[in-house]
Amino acid sequence: MRNCLVVDDSRVIRKVACRILQDLRYETEEAEDGLAALAACRARMPELILLDWNMPNMNGIEFLKTLRRERDGQRPVVVFCTTENDVAHITEALGAGANEYIMKPFDRGIVEAKLAEVGMA
Amino acid sequence: MTQDDISLLAQIVRRRSGLILPPHKAQFVEGQLAPVMRRFGFRTVEALLAELRHGRETLSRAVTEAMTTNESSFFRDRGSFEQFRDMVLPRLIEARAKTKRLRIWCAACAAGQEPYSVAMLLDDAKLPAKGWNIDLIATDISTEMIARAEEGVYSHFEVQRGLAIRRLVAHFEEANGSWRIRENLRRMVTFRPFNLLDSYGWLDDLDVVFCRNVLIYFDHKTKTDVFGKIAEMLAPDGALMLGVSETPRGVSDAFVPVEGAPHFFVKNKATAQRFAAA
Repeated sequence: MRNCLVVDDSRVIRKVACRILQDLRYETEEAEDGLAALAACRARMPELILLDWNMPNMNGIEFLKTLRRERDGQRPVVVFCTTENDVAHITEALGAGANEYIMKPFDRGIVEAKLAEVGMA
Repeated sequence: MTQDDISLLAQIVRRRSGLILPPHKAQFVEGQLAPVMRRFGFRTVEALLAELRHGRETLSRAVTEAMTTNESSFFRDRGSFEQFRDMVLPRLIEARAKTKRLRIWCAACAAGQEPYSVAMLLDDAKLPAKGWNIDLIATDISTEMIARAEEGVYSHFEVQRGLAIRRLVAHFEEANGSWRIRENLRRMVTFRPFNLLDSYGWLDDLDVVFCRNVLIYFDHKTKTDVFGKIAEMLAPDGALMLGVSETPRGVSDAFVPVEGAPHFFVKNKATAQRFAAA
């Protein structure tokens, strides 16, 4: 079973995303901001990270930049999942090492399609 | 709706488009009629059917168009597009190197996702930049779908199914909360309403035909006719792409399969071997 770290400051979004991922046979873990996500990654590097952009303490893009510099930090597939739905943000995310990008609101079909894009369906 | 009502609708739709409406699809039919009722101001299905019995042309056309399935997505059935990119396109580029001309027809394009997916692959192969003359023709029976396809604007949900984010950024621009396909790709495609039962005379010398997920709705004879007409318009070394559940086997002997490309069919064994070897 693959594992995914869901990083979002909204408990509701984390719950929805985890349910979808569990349906897709993922084992899930949650983090409420970038700092908590970094701690989770240092404890056990996940295969997939679903990452929000705007969060307190450490936002998604700062987390991603830090993660990619960590030991084994290149390994996880990172899919942004955010309301920042414009070309400038998408380009910045890709430049920082994101593999895919989900624009909120999302549904199961979108998550499945995006995981297929990165070979993680 | 009564069985008589369904029969009347089925008759009209079949005569005008070749599509078969099975009797058990009453619920689907009623759902599809709802927007037609709103557009023409009918409060009940019975009132719409009464008017249809008088043979009103614009209403019959709208009802027929409403029964067509317009579900699609970018790069739908990804494997088929990979076969087009990796097997069919390289072979055709080689075969047409002198004329630098490719003529491709998407026969039932719905809201345009299929021809724009093809256009993205042609653009990725840098064919327009290398001076190739691309005729990418896209047709659909629905004038409403053709209008949408020409506009090339897709919702947030539509662009997130089948489209990698890098393709979105490369080939689309933001358009008031939606996404619009870029002008260079819009200009590559010529859209036109067309009924597959009509004459194909204007569609000569085609290199590739995409006719996916439409023949499944036709009866045996109509399928045979359509396969025959496509074969006539397709170049001797051209290719036909069908939907994943479609095959000419048992319906038409105008096409043979290509090994390693299960959804592509060509007109003779020699072409099949060349594509398989590409």
